[in-house]
Amino acid sequence: MSDLDQFRSEIRSWLEENCPPEMREPVRGDEDMCWGGRNFEFQSEAQKVWLERCAAKGYTVPDWPKEYGGAGMSPAETKIFRREMAKLGCRSPLSSFGIWMLGPALLKFGTEEQKVHYLNQIARGEIRWCQGYSEPGSGSDLVSLQTYGEDKGDHWIVNGQKVWTSYADKADWIFCLVRTDKEDKYRGISFLLFDMETPGVSTKPIKLISGSSPFCETFFDDVKVPKDQIVGELNRGWDVAKYLLGHEREMISGGGLGDGSPSLGAKMTGAIGLNGLGMLDDQILRSELAQFDVDALAFRAMAEKFMDEMKAGKSHPAQPNMMKYAGTELNKQRHELVMSAGGSDALEWESEASRGGKKPREWLRTKANSIEGGTSEIMLNVISKRILELPDG
Amino acid sequence: MPLFLDDDQSMLQDSAREFMKAEGPVSHFREFRDKNCKDGFSHGLWKQFAEMGFTGILVSEEDGGLGLGHVEAGVVLEQIGRNLTPSPFLTTAVAGVAALNHAGAKLRGEYLPGILSGDTVLGLAIDEKSKHRPDQIAMAAERSGNGFKLTGQKQFVIHGASADMLIVAARTSGSAGDADGLTLFAVPKDAANMDVNPVRLVDSAVAAHVKFDGVEINADSVIGEVDQGGEVLGALLTAGRIGSASEMVGVGGGAMDITVDYLKERKQFGSPIGSFQALQHRAAHLYSEMEIAGAAVLKAQQLLDAGADNAALYVHMAKAKASKAANLAVREGVQMHGGVGMTDEYDIGLYMKRDRALSEFLGDTNYHTNKVAELHGY
Repeated sequence: MSDLDQFRSEIRSWLEENCPPEMREPVRGDEDMCWGGRNFEFQSEAQKVWLERCAAKGYTVPDWPKEYGGAGMSPAETKIFRREMAKLGCRSPLSSFGIWMLGPALLKFGTEEQKVHYLNQIARGEIRWCQGYSEPGSGSDLVSLQTYGEDKGDHWIVNGQKVWTSYADKADWIFCLVRTDKEDKYRGISFLLFDMETPGVSTKPIKLISGSSPFCETFFDDVKVPKDQIVGELNRGWDVAKYLLGHEREMISGGGLGDGSPSLGAKMTGAIGLNGLGMLDDQILRSELAQFDVDALAFRAMAEKFMDEMKAGKSHPAQPNMMKYAGTELNKQRHELVMSAGGSDALEWESEASRGGKKPREWLRTKANSIEGGTSEIMLNVISKRILELPDG
Repeated sequence: MPLFLDDDQSMLQDSAREFMKAEGPVSHFREFRDKNCKDGFSHGLWKQFAEMGFTGILVSEEDGGLGLGHVEAGVVLEQIGRNLTPSPFLTTAVAGVAALNHAGAKLRGEYLPGILSGDTVLGLAIDEKSKHRPDQIAMAAERSGNGFKLTGQKQFVIHGASADMLIVAARTSGSAGDADGLTLFAVPKDAANMDVNPVRLVDSAVAAHVKFDGVEINADSVIGEVDQGGEVLGALLTAGRIGSASEMVGVGGGAMDITVDYLKERKQFGSPIGSFQALQHRAAHLYSEMEIAGAAVLKAQQLLDAGADNAALYVHMAKAKASKAANLAVREGVQMHGGVGMTDEYDIGLYMKRDRALSEFLGDTNYHTNKVAELHGY
């Protein structure tokens, strides 16, 4: 037996022994996810135990170094670990912007002290993070942001407003882009971390076309941020932000993969019905679903290739933009088809049968996929400039 | 196994890239087209393919080949696609060899050495109508003496007139639509009562209509088992389909590259047209589709080489996806080239023609998309 086979069987038996049966049920929605943090209320004892067991082994962040709360797994081991989790249907023990977004940025740009302190908190699910990037006047043109941190010697005083801050009302800390030099557009931005309980921070939820949402507006009114809470160099926060956006784009691109079922068409047989030949009883929709399945299966292969190339350092640095573009466009198409197949049942917004309008709300929510984290049009700009190296206009 | 080429496969890619660029570039294709070559490819280049070891990629080591897989065959085919290199590689060394690997020692000994040395060319006589419908094969092979008598007709037999042997799919029992009852035959070019009528195609390849008017062949010419040809045919079709998908990834990728270069060169309104966002976004979308198609094809090849259960699904998916993406590449290519894209002088139109023929080869995007639905049970 090779070392990796040995590793696989060890992981499998650990998961079988330690993952509670309730944590092997499919995730029904946001309410089943474990977000951690100071104020998080566990949905069940099983959810709590699963997080604790994983955190103790470093399995919430298997590929991070052990000294920062990870398990120090190699890329090949991480892939095996995730495959085994998927095979047993284990839920992710911890969903976290700290893991997906801030962590990778800290690993690259943080001081040793910051890594030990913040990464361990993230890995154990102790602190829940939110992201302060967009502002009312700075969406696609993010670099024009106006939230300002005035230098007061050993601290900054931050004033301004962020928007589309996911879970700002539930998060403990924020990683935030703040202008620290008004003269230099790109080099005048710093990447600051601060506690959401700091006096002067307030939040207000945003209601979307899909109903209530995790998004908030976040306001800063004379918020005091100590100088050691900066990641990377002063006025060079844009480098950190760009790096982190790459990770965010990867994360959102995963949406195109759906829930892991290999075929949308096969899932829709119940809603549409089969004709005497065993084909979906709507030839045009069948054809659209089959074309979607081709695209979705191909994108699944792309996602696997992309992850493998990333881990091996073979991926083009701008490739996450392609993944984000293709994955989000695919996910929007998926939900258009789900709505078509669902007919009038899929229009129900509040009934019990529709589980509170799950389909129409998800359908509407996916429309944001190609807007948040950089619009599809911005992704195409980046691909054309950085990968195809087409000239500037 | 990570989903990218390993070191050996990357080395093969480097040598195939250099070889095709030096020996089989688009100018080579033009040369053979312009002299109206009856074969549509160079026998000298086919010998060179053999010297490079390419023709033995799918031949087992036991039979003197390299014993490699579909990933390696695909690596060579992608470079063929990028350069529009005319050769019998796909029909002979990929699809043909995949069938011959199921044959007995006698047939293998008769044909594999010639393929390994670059002397032998095979033709695939599968299709009977203008659309690929292998489950509707009706051509009859009746028992006759010590062998069989073939009656019927085939079309779209690429290199049919230059081939030393045709692999012919025919019915030895049952009727069109039955799963059992198919048999594959190795029919030598000089068989009596066989009428081969070559026609030039849009991509300048030469394909034949072949009429079988009671062609007598002996029982030794059966590839695999009588009535059990479905499996051999399946191996042939699978290899040919995924191989043509790789070639289309090359055709689409080549078309995209020359188009992106053109966007950087061509100036209008005082600027390179590639600085206009309307074209940038379309080029970026195309890049995305070509990347995904490449990943889909490689995934299918890895699954095939590993003998995975879901390989068949992935092969149908990959052929459908590669067709769609390459088709987008050549259409966008011609449009973004503008007027010169319509001229014979520029290469982009040649890519469009090649893509059209490859897309139709062994099932178009609709055929394979439908198979994906069927395999998913809807």
